[in-house]
Amino acid sequence: MQLSSLRLRRRLLPWMFALPAVATMAFGLLYPVAESFRLSFYELKLGEAVSPEAFRGLALFAEVLADSAARQSMLVTLHFAFVVVALEMVLGVGIALALEKPIRGMSAFRSIFVLPMMIAPICVGLIWRYMFDTNAGPINAWLEPFGVKPAWLADPGLAFLAICVTDIWQFTPFVFIMALAGLQGLDRSTLEAAHLDGVSGWQMIRHIKLPLIAPILAITILMRLIDALRGLEVVYAMTNGGPGLSTELFSLHIYKSAFVTQRMGHSAALSVCLLIATMVLSAALLAFANPIRRGR
Amino acid sequence: MAARNAPADLLRYAGVTLMAGLVLLPLAVMGSTSLKTQADTFGSGFSFFVSPTLDNYRTVLEGRFLGYLGNSIVVGVGSTAITLILGTMCAYALSRFRFAGRTSIAMGSLLLRTVPPAVLAVPVYFIWNGWGIGDGLGGLILVYVALNLPFTIWLLYGFIEQVPGELEEAAAVDGCGPFRLLFTIIVPLLKPGLAAAAIFTFRIAWNELVLASVLTDRTTRTMPYAIYLFITDVGVEWGKLMAAGILLALPPLIFTLVAARQIVTGLTAGAVKG
Repeated sequence: MQLSSLRLRRRLLPWMFALPAVATMAFGLLYPVAESFRLSFYELKLGEAVSPEAFRGLALFAEVLADSAARQSMLVTLHFAFVVVALEMVLGVGIALALEKPIRGMSAFRSIFVLPMMIAPICVGLIWRYMFDTNAGPINAWLEPFGVKPAWLADPGLAFLAICVTDIWQFTPFVFIMALAGLQGLDRSTLEAAHLDGVSGWQMIRHIKLPLIAPILAITILMRLIDALRGLEVVYAMTNGGPGLSTELFSLHIYKSAFVTQRMGHSAALSVCLLIATMVLSAALLAFANPIRRGR
Repeated sequence: MAARNAPADLLRYAGVTLMAGLVLLPLAVMGSTSLKTQADTFGSGFSFFVSPTLDNYRTVLEGRFLGYLGNSIVVGVGSTAITLILGTMCAYALSRFRFAGRTSIAMGSLLLRTVPPAVLAVPVYFIWNGWGIGDGLGGLILVYVALNLPFTIWLLYGFIEQVPGELEEAAAVDGCGPFRLLFTIIVPLLKPGLAAAAIFTFRIAWNELVLASVLTDRTTRTMPYAIYLFITDVGVEWGKLMAAGILLALPPLIFTLVAARQIVTGLTAGAVKG
C-alpha cells in the first residue's frame, strides 16, 4: 500500500511541475488556435455567436483564395519578406565577416546594435513615420539641397520602400549578431589548417567559413521569415497598409478584416492560412535547431 | 593568431562606428523631437537642437497617460514573474523526468512558439469575453504568459541541462523536497538564463500592441495602444508623440545597456551552443 502510493507520487511529480505551464499554454494558446480553426467554418460578424445557420464549411477558404485583396496582401507579404530578408542577410553577414576579429569595445557596440530590436515596434513605426514625413520629416529636410521632396508614405512604391528600409534598420543587426556568434564559435584549428594549406581571402570565406556557419544562417533566415509573417505593428503605425494595399502585410490584413471590416469568419480563414505557413517554417526551424535533440 | 594590424583595426572601428551611427540616428531624432515645441517641429528644415523644452513630457504625464504607464508596468512585471515561475517548473520537469506526455508537451510548445498575435486576436477576444476577462489586465497577462512560455521553457531547459544531477541527488539524500530543491538549489544556478528569459518576456508584454488593443478598455489600456490612439487622435503633434515614445522605449533601452550579454544569449539561443 505504502509502496504503491509512493510510486503514484513519483509518477505524478513531473506533472506537478509541468501542469501549471501546460494548462496555461492549453487555455491561452492552443484553445484560441483551435477556436480559430472552428471559426473559419462560420460566416460571422464581430460579436456574433457561433450558430448552425452560419456554417459555411470550406466556403470561406474558397473565398480567401478568390479574394483579390487577400491575394494582393499575400503578394505584398512575399515581396516584402523576400526583399528584406535577402538584403538583411547580405548586409548582416557581410558586416560580420568584415568585423569578425574581436576588437576592444565590441560589447558596447553590440548593446547599440540590439536597441532597434528591443524597443516597441509601435515606437519604431512612429519614429520612421516621422523620418519619412513629407513636410516635417528629417529625410526630406536632408534631401532639400537636391531639390527633391518625395511624398514617401503617400506613394505606393515609395511607401513599400519605406517599410523595407525600416525593417532593414531594425533587423540587420540581428543577422549581424547571429552571424558573428557563428563565426566566433568556429573551430580555430580548422581555420588555421586551411590557412596553412594556402587558402585565404575570398576562398576562405566562400569554401570554409560560410559552409561552416550555414546551419546558423539557415536558422537566421527562418527566424526572419517567421517574423516577417507575424509582424504588423510597424506597418500599422507607418502606413496602416496604404496607400491602397501597397503595404498591407498579411498579418495586418487579418487584423483589419476582423476589427475594421468585422468579418470574423473570413479573418479566421485567413488566420488558418497564416498559421499553416508559420507552422511549416517552424517545423523547418526545428529540423535545424531542436532543443530536445541537443542532448547533454 | 596574426599580429594586430593597426590600419585594419582602424578601418574596423570606422565600420562599427558608422553602423552604430546609422542605428542611433533615428533614435536621436526621436529624442530631439520630443524636446521641441509644436512650432519647431514644423520649422523650415530639420535640425537637432532647437531651444529644448520638457513641455511635451509634462503634457503627456499630466493626461491619462500616467494611468496607462501604470497598467503597462503591472502587465509587464506580472507577466514576466508568472512566466518565469511556470517556465522554470516546466523546463525542470522536461529536463529531469521521462514521463508520459513529455514528448507531446515538448513538440506542442515548440510549434506554438511562433503563433502570430494577429491570429490570436479574434479567438482570444471571443473566448476571453465569454470568460468575463475580456477587458482587464488579468486577461492580458494570461495571453502574454501563454505566448512567452514556449520560448522561456526552451531557453531554461538548455540551462537546466547544464546543471549536474549529482547536486540534486546529494540534496535529496539530505531530505530536501522536490520543490524546495528546485527553487533553492537549481534556480540560483540559472541566473543568466532567467535574466535572458525575463528580458524577452518583459519586452513582449511591454511592447505588444495587437492583443492589447482588443483586450483592454479606456481604463485598462497599456502604453503601446495608448500611443497608437495618440497618432490618430492628435494627428501630427510630433513632439508629444515622441515624448510618449521615449517613455515607452526607456525600459527596454535601460535593459539593453545593462544586460546586452543576456540579450545576445536569448537572441542566439538554439542556434549557437551557449
